[in-house]
Amino acid sequence: MFQTIMFISLVLLSLSIVVGLYRAIKGPSTPDRVMALDTIGINMIAGVAILSIVMNTYAFLEVILLIGILAFIGTIAFSKFIERGVVIERKRDE
Amino acid sequence: MSWLHLIILLPFIFAIFVPFFYKYLPRIHTGWFVFVVPVALFAYLLSYIPLIARGQTSYETVNWIPSLGINFTAYVDGLSLIFGLLISGVGALVVLYSVYYMAKEREALHNFYVYLLMFMGAMMGLVFSDNIIVLYLFWELTSVSSFLLIAYWYQRKQSRYGAQKSMLITIFGGLSMLAGFIMLSIITDTYSIREMLGQVDQIAAHGLFVPAMILILLGAFTKSAQFPFHIWLPDAMEAPTPVSAYLHSATMVKAGIYLVARFTAIFGGSVEWFWIVSTIGIVTLIWGSVFAVKQTDLKALLAYSTISQLGMIMSLLGLGSAALYFGYGNESAMYTTAILAAVFHLINHSTFKGSLFMVVGIVDHETGTRDIRRLGGLMTIMPISFTIALIGSFSMAGLPPFNGFLSKEMFFTGVLNASELNIFQMETWGILFPIIAWVASVFTFIYSMILVFKTFTGTYQPKKLEKEAHEAPIGMLIPPIVLASLVVLFFFFPNILSKNLLEPAMAAILPSFIEAGGGFDVKIYAWHGWNTELFMTIGVVAFGSLLFVSLKKWSWLYGVMPEQLTLNHAYDLGLEKVEKASHGITAFHMTGFIRDYLLYIFGFIVVVLGGAVVMLQGFSYDPSGNAPVSVYEVVLVAVMVVAAIGVLIAKSRLTAIVAVGVLGYMVALMFVNFRAPDLALTQLVVETVTVALFLLCFYHLPKFKKEESGVRFRAANLVISLGVGTVVTLIALSAQGARVFEPISTYFEDSYELAGARNMVNAILVDFRGFDTLLEVLVLSIAGLGVYTLIKLRLAGRDNE
Repeated sequence: MFQTIMFISLVLLSLSIVVGLYRAIKGPSTPDRVMALDTIGINMIAGVAILSIVMNTYAFLEVILLIGILAFIGTIAFSKFIERGVVIERKRDE
Repeated sequence: MSWLHLIILLPFIFAIFVPFFYKYLPRIHTGWFVFVVPVALFAYLLSYIPLIARGQTSYETVNWIPSLGINFTAYVDGLSLIFGLLISGVGALVVLYSVYYMAKEREALHNFYVYLLMFMGAMMGLVFSDNIIVLYLFWELTSVSSFLLIAYWYQRKQSRYGAQKSMLITIFGGLSMLAGFIMLSIITDTYSIREMLGQVDQIAAHGLFVPAMILILLGAFTKSAQFPFHIWLPDAMEAPTPVSAYLHSATMVKAGIYLVARFTAIFGGSVEWFWIVSTIGIVTLIWGSVFAVKQTDLKALLAYSTISQLGMIMSLLGLGSAALYFGYGNESAMYTTAILAAVFHLINHSTFKGSLFMVVGIVDHETGTRDIRRLGGLMTIMPISFTIALIGSFSMAGLPPFNGFLSKEMFFTGVLNASELNIFQMETWGILFPIIAWVASVFTFIYSMILVFKTFTGTYQPKKLEKEAHEAPIGMLIPPIVLASLVVLFFFFPNILSKNLLEPAMAAILPSFIEAGGGFDVKIYAWHGWNTELFMTIGVVAFGSLLFVSLKKWSWLYGVMPEQLTLNHAYDLGLEKVEKASHGITAFHMTGFIRDYLLYIFGFIVVVLGGAVVMLQGFSYDPSGNAPVSVYEVVLVAVMVVAAIGVLIAKSRLTAIVAVGVLGYMVALMFVNFRAPDLALTQLVVETVTVALFLLCFYHLPKFKKEESGVRFRAANLVISLGVGTVVTLIALSAQGARVFEPISTYFEDSYELAGARNMVNAILVDFRGFDTLLEVLVLSIAGLGVYTLIKLRLAGRDNE
């Protein structure tokens, strides 16, 4: 029973990744794509968490943390890129 | 190291000191110092004559590469002694001549004499080598030093052209010869010619017999300027005249003759050898003599005459090889006449051709031209040169009382005997040999007469000459006088040669006759009755005189042959076409576009790997050991496929980058699914950084020509990419199903006991296989430094500032 629920949720998460991917590729504007990527990242966190429950291991908890950080940094970087055109700004006095 | 080796290497050793003589003793002509070398060689070699005349030989070995059987073995027999005496004797005279010919003030004498000594040493080494690899070494040294000597006046375009041409042709022959030598050593398992002679039957029965023979003959024919490789010799006449006299008449061009004579004992007696050598020789004979008449430059005339005479010697060697077919017997003297004629004419040719070249050099030196059309009437001005030229030319034409008469008579005897042979289909074709030989002799007579009479008789035309003609200094005349006196001496006393040199040389060329208990009794007589040969000579003189007198009436025939059909034109055109074709091929496939090169590389992968899978029937699929596939994996793979297709069909670059990022993240999820947490961590971080870098690149693309269109479709690319994918998949499936050994990973599972680490992956990375990690760290440092350097170091921009 538990296994089945886990399995169904995994499949659902994967499907939502597919849907997010559709938006990431299709998505008319860049912000759409960035948001889709962020969604995919969050879904991946959930997927990894459920996988580690299924596999009964603690080994992937760092992966969850890492995806969280990366998704955040990535989204911020993209947003800055869209907003200002650059990711890392140069200092004024140079 | 025996005296013999020292004497062979003496020219090389002396060549080291020549520049010092030139620099520190500039008052004395460097040639005087060099003169000592050939005189010493000649004197030393004379001391071998009693030994050789007794029928003995001398043999000395110095180890060079004994583990490979390559040793510098010097072997003195009749044949090599004749060549050695010619090289050192003519060499001494040529050096003496060059002292007066080459001006001390204007010429780079140190170069000249270093090259000349190199050549002399190489020739000595060539004729005295018993080891074929050492023989090849000296053979190539003669090619190289001849190249340097032809291009001695390297400021002239024609000199460089002639040097390049002779280099290309002789090196081509030399390399073929090396291949032939290697085949011979494969057959006999030795490099020594003497040891090969003991295995003649074995060689003749071997499958490599004919290829080895043809390759060795290619070397001999290119070096001896045989048809159709003779074209380099006339162009080599751009060299200084002493060089032409020495290399291109007396010594180097006879290296091929030497080779053929030396290998007659091994290859002779076979039908291929007989026909190839004698046919090429006789064709060269007639070709050279006919075209010599056409020349207006005296040196070119002599060059063609040399070609023709070498062809004659070559054809005699070929015809004489029939003697080996019959073996030693009562009638063998009849067939060996041709060999005797070849060896005898070899000596005679060196004497009269050397003197003729020197006379032409004198004429050139004292009048400023070598063109027949501008010369004439020099008889009273240069009486001594005229006398020498007369002796040389009449000897060349085969008239008594000069030595050319004797060898020409023997030549006729040789071809007449050969025409009566009843082997090798000589019954049908044999009659051609005397006819061609006779016609060639008529032409030889004509050009010999042209050489003397057009130069020295007629009217003196001082206005056409660059300087006022006068007789040469005595020092310049001495060498040709010596050679001309030898021409006469050999006519009246030919038998001083026969016992001492000719008989041992015959024994060297036909060693099986000596083993059979026979000897050679060589007696040369100037008069041997009213026989066919004499009538042939009379006919040559009669027809030759007739044609010479009427030369103006028929010389237009030479204009009939168009320039496009000459062999020179074919060579030039061939060289040009080869260059153009190779340039075309390179330009065709080296397009400069990486996508084309990638296409080649991937095409190669498909052809080689795919071909191997198909031809070796290597594909096998065994699903028995496979793990079950879960739905989650299927969904993950589906996402990856969608992302991959998205990369391909993306309309904009940004989409493609996003899709690549998604693909990378899915790979990370795969790692999670397959229980590889470290890989997943790394993959996530690396993928993020990579995508960020892609975005960086994307942002910096230039505005100009920025394409937002998708990937253009190319059928070839589709085929190749599908092919690569298919082939790699097939190979992966085959490899997966065919695991031969158990994996060694069980060892690493004890990582805690072995290395104190619970994380097996990390234990492998830093403990079991730490070296790889170290170098990966190095790779990353290099990459970082490289990026830093590429950004910071802008040398191209610095120049603009």
